[in-house]
Amino acid sequence: MKNQKVLTGITGLVIGAIAVLLVVLGNPANMGFCIACFIRDTAGALKLHTAGVVQYVRPEVIGLVLGSTILAVAKKEFQAKAGSNPLLRFVLGFFVMVGALMFLGCPLRMMLRIGGGDLNAIVGLVGFVAGIGLGIVCLNKGFSLGRAYKVQPLEGAAFPVIQVVLLVLLVAVPSLLAFSAEGPGSMKAPIAAALCAGLVVGALCQRTRFCTVAGIRDTVMFKDTTLLIGFVAVIVACVVGNLIVGKFNLGFEGQPVAHNDAVWNFLGMVLVGLGSALLGGCPLRQLILTGEGNVDSAVTVLGLTVGAAFCHNFGLASSAKGATANGKIAVIVGLVVVAVIAVCNICYNKKKAEAK
Amino acid sequence: MVDARGLACPMPVVLAKKELAKSDSFVIMVDNETAKQNVTRFGQNNGCTVTCREVDEDYELTLERK
Repeated sequence: MKNQKVLTGITGLVIGAIAVLLVVLGNPANMGFCIACFIRDTAGALKLHTAGVVQYVRPEVIGLVLGSTILAVAKKEFQAKAGSNPLLRFVLGFFVMVGALMFLGCPLRMMLRIGGGDLNAIVGLVGFVAGIGLGIVCLNKGFSLGRAYKVQPLEGAAFPVIQVVLLVLLVAVPSLLAFSAEGPGSMKAPIAAALCAGLVVGALCQRTRFCTVAGIRDTVMFKDTTLLIGFVAVIVACVVGNLIVGKFNLGFEGQPVAHNDAVWNFLGMVLVGLGSALLGGCPLRQLILTGEGNVDSAVTVLGLTVGAAFCHNFGLASSAKGATANGKIAVIVGLVVVAVIAVCNICYNKKKAEAK
Repeated sequence: MVDARGLACPMPVVLAKKELAKSDSFVIMVDNETAKQNVTRFGQNNGCTVTCREVDEDYELTLERK
């Protein structure tokens, strides 16, 4: 048990250090990793949206999935599974993305932003914890997305194979894809470095089950701080790394790829925290699970991807200028939809239990 | 016996927690390594001895309060 805590702590330190390194190598500031932003960029490169400043096939995402796959296969933990309320997972994934692009970052980027001195991310963290708290209430009242069942290995392998195809397209026929000439999408570490970073972090996260939601959820629900140690370690490594490379900038104003509208930073991350808690894991964890053959997580990632496309096609995503009116409406709609899903699910499960 | 096979994180641990509130000893079935580790850690953190037996492709975990 002690070994797990040590390994999770080391994983957190490695993630934080690599994230700082990726920024030094060219990624946008405080964005060594951002699962939401990177899935959004990849959706843009595939022309699912046409926001010119956020289009690029991010090799980090490909690496995260394949790093997880390689280790899961090596450890005989690759298990093709599907069937746990896939469409509800899609919808939850969709709205997690809406919340993340309101805040401008997934929970992992929230940690990296804190590590870069962005105090707006502290406001996001409060919202994230509040959202997870609501999720815990739902879990305690009987929320469950139900069982998954073993399916043929090909189905579980499909998502990792799609990542290989994306990598081939990126390297061999980039002319098929859209790439940003300016903005965050144009800022990128070299492909090999980004891919290797993803592979290392993907493998470590597969091994340790690292999850930003579980760090807080397990501490509150089960008094188990194993994953919380990883959560804190990411921030510590990031603070130290940013101080070393001179990129630590404490404050609310002028933070990179961020806005300082506290109410919407808070509410965006409430939606992310609640949606992720109901899904059983944060966007990073969903990616890692796809690598292990989890088709339900692959559907969740598809929900995140379509959500990202909608966010940019319908003006829901925030920018450094702040939140948009459409984005605010979408976050409120998202909170209502997720609440309805939670209540209906709890009622259904209760009735089922009583019938037994 | 608690059947937590097919359930994703954190449901196996949630079910184990509910069962431990009712009984000092029980068996829980899980079907993946993550759930096995999580339930084992939960049991050990809560004063239980945890024994694990592989049954086909599943794990049968026995939690007993010390």
